[in-house]
Amino acid sequence: MILSEKYQMMRKFYREFAETEFTSELLDELEETGEFNWEIFHKIAAAGLTGVKIPQEYGGQGGDYMAYTLMMEELSRVSAVLAIYANTSNSLGGGPLLYCANEEQKQKYLVPVAKGEKIIVFGLTEPGAGSDAGGTQTTALPDPEDPDYYILNGRKTFISAAPMADWAVIYAKTDLSQKGSRGISMFILDMKLPGVSVGKHENKMGITGYPTSDIIMDNVRVHKSDLLGPLHKGFITAMKTLNGGRLGTAAQALGIAQHALEEAVKFSKERVQFGKPICKNQGISFMLADMATEIEAARQLIYHTAEAMNADTPDVPQLCSMAKYYATEMANRVCYKAVQIHGGYGYIKEYPVERLYRDVRITTIFEGTSQVQQMVISGALLK
Amino acid sequence: MNIFVCVKQVPDTTGKVAVKDDGTLDRASMATITNPDDLNAVEAALTLRDEIADAKVIIVVMGPPAAASMIHELLAMGADEAVLISGREFGGSDTFATSQIIAAGIKTYGLGEGDIVFCGRQAIDGDTAQVGPQIAEKLGIPQVTYAAGIKYEAGKVTVKRMLEDGYMTVETQTPCLITCIKELNKPRYMSVKGILEFDTKPYYVYDYEKLKDDPLIEADTIGLKGSPTNIFKSFTPPQKGVGQMLEGSGKETVDKLFNILLEKHVI
Repeated sequence: MILSEKYQMMRKFYREFAETEFTSELLDELEETGEFNWEIFHKIAAAGLTGVKIPQEYGGQGGDYMAYTLMMEELSRVSAVLAIYANTSNSLGGGPLLYCANEEQKQKYLVPVAKGEKIIVFGLTEPGAGSDAGGTQTTALPDPEDPDYYILNGRKTFISAAPMADWAVIYAKTDLSQKGSRGISMFILDMKLPGVSVGKHENKMGITGYPTSDIIMDNVRVHKSDLLGPLHKGFITAMKTLNGGRLGTAAQALGIAQHALEEAVKFSKERVQFGKPICKNQGISFMLADMATEIEAARQLIYHTAEAMNADTPDVPQLCSMAKYYATEMANRVCYKAVQIHGGYGYIKEYPVERLYRDVRITTIFEGTSQVQQMVISGALLK
Repeated sequence: MNIFVCVKQVPDTTGKVAVKDDGTLDRASMATITNPDDLNAVEAALTLRDEIADAKVIIVVMGPPAAASMIHELLAMGADEAVLISGREFGGSDTFATSQIIAAGIKTYGLGEGDIVFCGRQAIDGDTAQVGPQIAEKLGIPQVTYAAGIKYEAGKVTVKRMLEDGYMTVETQTPCLITCIKELNKPRYMSVKGILEFDTKPYYVYDYEKLKDDPLIEADTIGLKGSPTNIFKSFTPPQKGVGQMLEGSGKETVDKLFNILLEKHVI
């Protein structure tokens, strides 16, 4: 598709922002310390990026799915991890609030999240419930002593940004008699409540600089006004939120792949072997051609999916899965080739492709593995 | 209060510079950007606007219709209105004729008592730094150039000018014209909200017909005919060799220099 003038302007804005603010010193620091960088988070928030896809009446910028997709692509092109800084509030964190919070909850939670004044995270995965979210064991049961409260118990795992979070959207079983994905509800958990703790820092392969840990709830009393959406029907929202998240992850992979291609093109023109730049060999140049072709195919699929989400077409779940499945697997292939073209240098941390190769690996895993996407796609075909 | 900002779309000189057979720049074949100093002027205007109630920022551009894309970006940064001065009659203008036309444009829009006109110090294509000061002269208002700091109180502006060997602080009354340098501020980014809304903002095109009754606009004061300066020749200067910076203490750098000169058999 050909981007409208407004989308082209957005791309230019995101690119300028990322290329100016995501300096190589900052990226090195994130790699070395693994710590959350508040300074860049505040810059991202001040530029409105934490609220790109959130309506203006709730403190956001009022952009659509295409505006969001372009942001993820362009920020990830410079830094996959800093793209996540801008992503969470627009996607997994803000999504459930946007879809089913009541007006009071939106004012209280969504507005500061959109402005980047507060951080909200998404707590679905558990040690025994990853791809199978229906296996949720965290419970939220009415407090026998005070009907205005629920008592939450359980453990959420691999929660991105948990250590910095002000709030978490927690999925918990509220009706123990219902099986599988039924009987699950959503709560907004204040991370400062008694009984809430975060687990140890997870030492990840890539996307370092966005701390991830468990959230543990031990008899946490949550007021009923923090029940999000209808009781026992939280799983539907989880799936809807994940659709948007899958689009974002696809765009993230696209940005990483684009960066890898640019690095590979540059290196192959500079690196001389057997008396000529290695790009003069078809073995290399055809690899570059394949990378560029796959990237463009993924881009078109992703943009089409974003437009489908804007139009809310019925095939959105499959399209989101296809976009994530294709783009993330593609990006892994592209980063593999980019490292291969770099030869030994690609294995050295001084060269960006080394980081890209590690960063891209998570994309086929989080927000639904490639195999889960295949289940969604084939499920739609075979129903 | 009206805060005007004069902005120029310039060729991106970090790319390849193309020159036509007649010696003028082949602008059509070069990528364009907003003149960097002008972005500092836009930021100064927006900052001031954000401080003052009932103030608005009006972007004033002289250029071809294609300058619209740049103007859209400035509106997306937060400017309130735009005036594009565009017409065949204005083509080929040098700094004298250009400032004549832009001054007429600002007068046509309406320059009031408390208003301020911001310009960038100079454009990266011609590097003359003449248009801003000439606009001030033609509008008959005071000018302060090389602003590295601006403080505003109603009816009065205090400007810190950056000179080669120090700073000079100047106070002037409004209306006035200020030219800005890059040390003044860091231009803001566009915003998605701004991008979504830019086309709802007033956008005026002033052509020759619109400006022709202004006393500044005469056949012999505008366009190529009204331009005392004529370009004799443009060329891309030969690239100088890349220099080498030696770092370290005085003794270390002298040692390094000595070795380099020895290697090259200079000494």
